[in-house]
Amino acid sequence: MTAIDPSTLAADVPVHRTKRPDWLGVALALALGVVVVIPLLVVAIWAFAEVWRYPSLLPQEFGFRFWEATLARPDVWNAMSLSLRLSVTVTLLSALICLPAAYAFARLDFPGRNVLFLSFLTSHAFPKFGLLVAIAGIFLNLGLISTFWGVVLIQLVGTLMMMIWIPVAAFQNVDRAMEEAARDAGAGPIRVFWSVSLPQAAPTIFAAVLLSFVGTFYETEGAWLIGAPEIRTMPVLMITYINNQIVVQYGAVLSVLLWVPSFIALMFTRRLVGSGSFAKGFGV
Amino acid sequence: MAQLTLKNLGKSFDDTDVIRDLSLDVADGELVCLLGPSGSGKSTVLRMVGGFETPNRGAILIDGEDHTRVPPEKRPTGMVFQSHALWSHMSVAGNVAFGLKLRGLPKAQIRQKVQEALALVGLKGYGERRVWQLSGGQQQRVAIARALVLEPKILLLDEPFASLDQHLRERLREELRDIQRRLGITTLFVTHGQDEALALADRIVVLRGGEIEQVASPDRMYRGPQTRFVAGFIGSMNFLPCDMRGGVSDHPLFAVRAAVPDGPVELAIRPEALTLCPARGTGMRVHLVTDYGTHLLVDVDLPDGGRLKAMCPPSARYETGQEVAPEASHVALFRGDAKLAEVTLERRVAVHV
Repeated sequence: MTAIDPSTLAADVPVHRTKRPDWLGVALALALGVVVVIPLLVVAIWAFAEVWRYPSLLPQEFGFRFWEATLARPDVWNAMSLSLRLSVTVTLLSALICLPAAYAFARLDFPGRNVLFLSFLTSHAFPKFGLLVAIAGIFLNLGLISTFWGVVLIQLVGTLMMMIWIPVAAFQNVDRAMEEAARDAGAGPIRVFWSVSLPQAAPTIFAAVLLSFVGTFYETEGAWLIGAPEIRTMPVLMITYINNQIVVQYGAVLSVLLWVPSFIALMFTRRLVGSGSFAKGFGV
Repeated sequence: MAQLTLKNLGKSFDDTDVIRDLSLDVADGELVCLLGPSGSGKSTVLRMVGGFETPNRGAILIDGEDHTRVPPEKRPTGMVFQSHALWSHMSVAGNVAFGLKLRGLPKAQIRQKVQEALALVGLKGYGERRVWQLSGGQQQRVAIARALVLEPKILLLDEPFASLDQHLRERLREELRDIQRRLGITTLFVTHGQDEALALADRIVVLRGGEIEQVASPDRMYRGPQTRFVAGFIGSMNFLPCDMRGGVSDHPLFAVRAAVPDGPVELAIRPEALTLCPARGTGMRVHLVTDYGTHLLVDVDLPDGGRLKAMCPPSARYETGQEVAPEASHVALFRGDAKLAEVTLERRVAVHV
């Protein structure tokens, strides 16, 4: 028998290799970061630029002139407050309608379940604008055009799929035995939903609520088609700005303003559920 | 303190009978084990008692009161699940307190009851921990505390220790038995482990294909199985097919006398009822010796191609290939699934030289 050199053995131990950073992963993350961050950065810089001429890498003059000009306009503030009220109303209504429905889809067996479940996809399966025009025709007869609740209704349709499909998956992942244990301890079906199913599915549901909120906040077509001319949300206002004057800064300032609510919502959710389970909610 | 009665229970899923016609009485304070292979319907029986399945036929009575259609939240039963099913978004104390809160007990009383329940299962001071910080055994203890704190009339356990390792399983089994005796709580315990059933139960119910095969104490179940299925399912058993002719079995090794009509039978012999003597010219050779520490298990090849398992004292020495002669002290005779006779044999003091 030959003696084994201990150093050759040690070289085979894979522990050292796994500790090395994954360079490919780092490179991919960097590349993705460049694509995502640089446009945002350019917009952010434009918002504070007063003079920025080609080929300079940075603006020649920084300043708040365009901020003052934008913020001095009452329609900006009206649009901001309207957008926030709309998004909060739509998201709350959507949660109220969709979460119990999602639970029903996940747990109950009723006739037409699958057809109904798939029907939520149809609003996303066809060109949206055609659908919106048809709905606008109906809303015109109902007197809902250019009203707050008209826009709420149209934006509600847009959130349905996200607020049904994601929570259904979340509820299906809740261990049935947990719900049965709650029944066993004396909780009725509604109490079980409230005390066990909902908290268990919470991280994923928070993700869905956040996506609905942000999606509603930036929704433009429906808000414009149903809301015009009385109801002007932030994105609609931004389009008017960009269409009317070719001054980049106005658009940039509004764009930066638009980031604020989604940023706050993201921070709020992160604090509420913790970043670990939040990432889990998105399936990371 | 409660009595449980199952009357002619029947349950079908998708037109398949899972439980056919099952009747059972569980006395006050008794621990009954439902034992059977997977698919025998034992969990379905338990879930029907807990209210999670509704029987298609028959009735469930608790203290004489009909509970067949009562929803689980209104039943005086407490269930412990195989997956423990603890609520991971609550603390340990939160899990135990949940049912008490639903009953609207005052806070101080809830706190005291939770502490008592945790102390009962040996988890004093663990109340503030998160569920996922506990080991598998501790989680199952919390689940037991959660069921017991509501003082149910009937405790239901659905293979509660199946996911634990052997040592822990045995320890928790003893602790559960202790608690159950102390509280005197009527208990229905589902398991597919016969050792668990033998160790725990006052009475064992062996289920097969949705029907009761035999109900007996662990002692009677092991030593006096009434059907061939139970004989093969509980413990290990040697089955030797042969014919009865004129009241004597024609097996070359075991000529058993019994008042049994002529025809084919199977001789059923426990490994511990066999003694092996060294012998020559028998044609029976030792195939394998497994040392379990407390005893040896010896596999013997028979001339007809069959194989016998015999339990021998650890001091005995056998070599592979060695010729032996087996002797049986107790034999049961089965024809089909039914038992015909049980025979205790006198030990022959014959030494084959």
